[in-house]
Amino acid sequence: MLISLKEILPPHLTKLLFAIAALLALPLVGIAAEAPRSGGELVFAVGGTPPSYDGHRETTFAMLHPVAPHYSTLLRFDPQNYPKIVGDVAESWQVSKDRLTYTFKVRKGVQFHDGSVLTAKDVKATYDKIIFPPEGVVSARQATYAVVDKIETPDDQTIVFRLKHPSASFLANLASPWNFIYKADILAKDPRWYEKNIMGTGPFTFVEYVAGSHWVGKKNPNYFMKGRPYLDGYKAVIIRDTAPRVAAVRSGQALVEFRGFNPAARDDIVKTAGNQVVVQESPWVCNLTVTLNNEKKPFDDVRVRRALTLAIDRWAASKTLSQISVMKYVGGLFRPGSEFAMPESELVKLAGFGKNIEAARTEAKKLLREAGVPEGFSFTLKNRNVREPYEVTGVYVIDQWRQIGLNVNHVQQEEGAYFNDFRQGNFEAGIDFSCDFMDDPDLQLFKFISSEKSPVNYARYKDSVLDELYDKQSRATDPKERLKLLRQFEKRVIDEKAYQFPPTLWWQRIVPHSVKLKGWKITPSHYVNQDLRDVWIAQ
Amino acid sequence: MRQYILKRLLLMIPTLFGVAVLIFFLLRVLPGDIVELKYAGSGSYAPKEALDRERTRLGLDQPIWKQFVTWIVGIPRLEFGTSMWTGQPITHEIAIRLELSIELALMATFIAVLISIPLGVLAAVKQDTWIDYCVRIFSIAGMAMPSFWLGIVIILAFVIYFRWLPPLTFTSFWVDPKANLTQLIWPALAVGYRYSAVATRMTRSAVLEVLREDYIRTARAKGLWERAVLTRHALKNALLPVITVIGIEFAFLVGGLVVTEQVFNLNGIGKLFVEAISQRDYTMVQSLVLLTSFIFIFVNFLIDLINAYLDPRIRFR
Repeated sequence: MLISLKEILPPHLTKLLFAIAALLALPLVGIAAEAPRSGGELVFAVGGTPPSYDGHRETTFAMLHPVAPHYSTLLRFDPQNYPKIVGDVAESWQVSKDRLTYTFKVRKGVQFHDGSVLTAKDVKATYDKIIFPPEGVVSARQATYAVVDKIETPDDQTIVFRLKHPSASFLANLASPWNFIYKADILAKDPRWYEKNIMGTGPFTFVEYVAGSHWVGKKNPNYFMKGRPYLDGYKAVIIRDTAPRVAAVRSGQALVEFRGFNPAARDDIVKTAGNQVVVQESPWVCNLTVTLNNEKKPFDDVRVRRALTLAIDRWAASKTLSQISVMKYVGGLFRPGSEFAMPESELVKLAGFGKNIEAARTEAKKLLREAGVPEGFSFTLKNRNVREPYEVTGVYVIDQWRQIGLNVNHVQQEEGAYFNDFRQGNFEAGIDFSCDFMDDPDLQLFKFISSEKSPVNYARYKDSVLDELYDKQSRATDPKERLKLLRQFEKRVIDEKAYQFPPTLWWQRIVPHSVKLKGWKITPSHYVNQDLRDVWIAQ
Repeated sequence: MRQYILKRLLLMIPTLFGVAVLIFFLLRVLPGDIVELKYAGSGSYAPKEALDRERTRLGLDQPIWKQFVTWIVGIPRLEFGTSMWTGQPITHEIAIRLELSIELALMATFIAVLISIPLGVLAAVKQDTWIDYCVRIFSIAGMAMPSFWLGIVIILAFVIYFRWLPPLTFTSFWVDPKANLTQLIWPALAVGYRYSAVATRMTRSAVLEVLREDYIRTARAKGLWERAVLTRHALKNALLPVITVIGIEFAFLVGGLVVTEQVFNLNGIGKLFVEAISQRDYTMVQSLVLLTSFIFIFVNFLIDLINAYLDPRIRFR
């Protein structure tokens, strides 16, 4: 028998109780309002055109941002807790005690967009293509998987990676956002099929790509995560030039541009759009490096190289450059704030990172005199003809070097000439860049090992000590031991040898976006968290 | 007349061949190659051997003369190959953008003609009056003001004051005329204004010159109405240089609106041109240069035909 409150309480007390209940329920209403909403098409801007559709061969975000929502990866970085690694199509995994065998269980029921079921064979075919690419196929990150000896699939749900030696970064490398899982049957017929076609297991299926204009995807109803994605679809609009890209976000035509803007654009968008935008900011796994051609005189002399790094006031740069550019955080070879970053107390002891700039410059002048470099010595700094942050940084370091009596000519080149000169060694000093999807030292330090081992070391030096340290840290299984090796490596590159060094600062990632965009969290890499499966649009 | 047309058509062949030779070898002088640009970037750890294999696949390891022969023999068969950057057929890549570029050029030309001819004639007829001064200010301002700057002003005005922008992506006129015109009218106005300024100045000076000719004085002396003098005698003859200017401007607009396309984010031929050059997409740049050269030569040919039609002295020379 049901008894109504009205029957047992006086009317005024009943009203009071309802009022209290309503007040208590208010926060819940607020939460309910933030509950993900299904539907809608996300329009976002991308600042470039995808060269091909193949994540294994490309290196640009312009491919990754529109294409990533079509694919799954074996593992992924948890965007809520970057750089924590979670499974994507991998349900679970085990690492052997000797750290030479990694065994993954693949989720059941994951389907490709054509309805076929994903098995461990597809994962193996994918990684075979990345690690052991067949003739005529380029794998951009092949070198980072050199540790893999072989890949086995004992059954349809199990995939085993056998390594040649332990690797501290191996698991994180399997979370690479570039490693889209492809279909084995397709790869067997044509390993280059994926350059022009899409067939994945991701949250969105492919609709159309109009070259140079836009890319469209729609919700995959058979996506393995029930209830995801929230969006009905997405449209990535290609807007290469910054001004119209800013205008698109400012007007709300594009809800977001995921790579990010500089502080001026951020302020511009916030000023115009007001409370219709929110801004997410994060340190960025990107930095610029002063690369000195160690084969050219006088840069073959460690005293000259040390003088050049000593002259740069990074702490002052942090205050000034961060106002006008994405350059912000003072750091060594690792992103400040990352688990590998050198603490400030140690950093200030390295050449060029001390806080007494006058003393540093006095020492720099002394080193130049000892090396026989005359007052007013002139050389050329080659740089990309991209205003921000390259030109800004180039101008800054030239000004710093001028203060120790050096006369530096700033040559800004368009990309083709710039890369050509760097590859050929046709430069004295230059501004080089680095941007990656994770902080792991195997990736971050690859640029600094001997040039014969690293195609991206443009400073053209050989250093067996660094190579050995690199190998040791890569194989280190104890994090503390690894950190110790990293400190030695960092000290040698930046301080003792000063082969090449971070000129000023690590970048800040600034993403202003519409308040309607929900479920997306900024990470320190613009390559990560782009599959859009958690993204939704508020009304 | 037929012989004249044939002669002009045949002249196109050596001209286009010259352009082809020039652009092929000029591109090879530029430092850097497409493979370096693709794989020397951040996050790329591709070994040198892989890059060399990619060069081989693209035919870049072949002697330059052989690359040239391979490319040039395909042109008469209209086989332009594939883009080195995207791997897609070049005809497909160009076709996507050509409709927009031609439509924009036509709209800008239409706007320019609509403004320039009446204003130019008016300024000439009312020479040194306040009307003439106003037209001169209008046209000089148009010439002095870069169309991309006017474009930026238009965009800023729309965004800041109306929080509105033209659609971000191109819709064909045949699919949705309203969406199409909403997107293209603003760049067409920005470009058309500058274009009309040039044509207005040209029309004014051409009409002024013709109005001083003896046959105009004769026409007036025999009592013809001023309107008839202007339209039948003055304007027809004054149009020859104006048509030449309009034609050349039109041909330029098809591939030359690089900055305007960037400002309005239009997916046109100009933007493709810049991207292809910066990416060292040799096959794409070569094909685009040939295409724009062909358009230029063909439009010039049409101008000559129109001039020959309007002025019999040309075709009988």
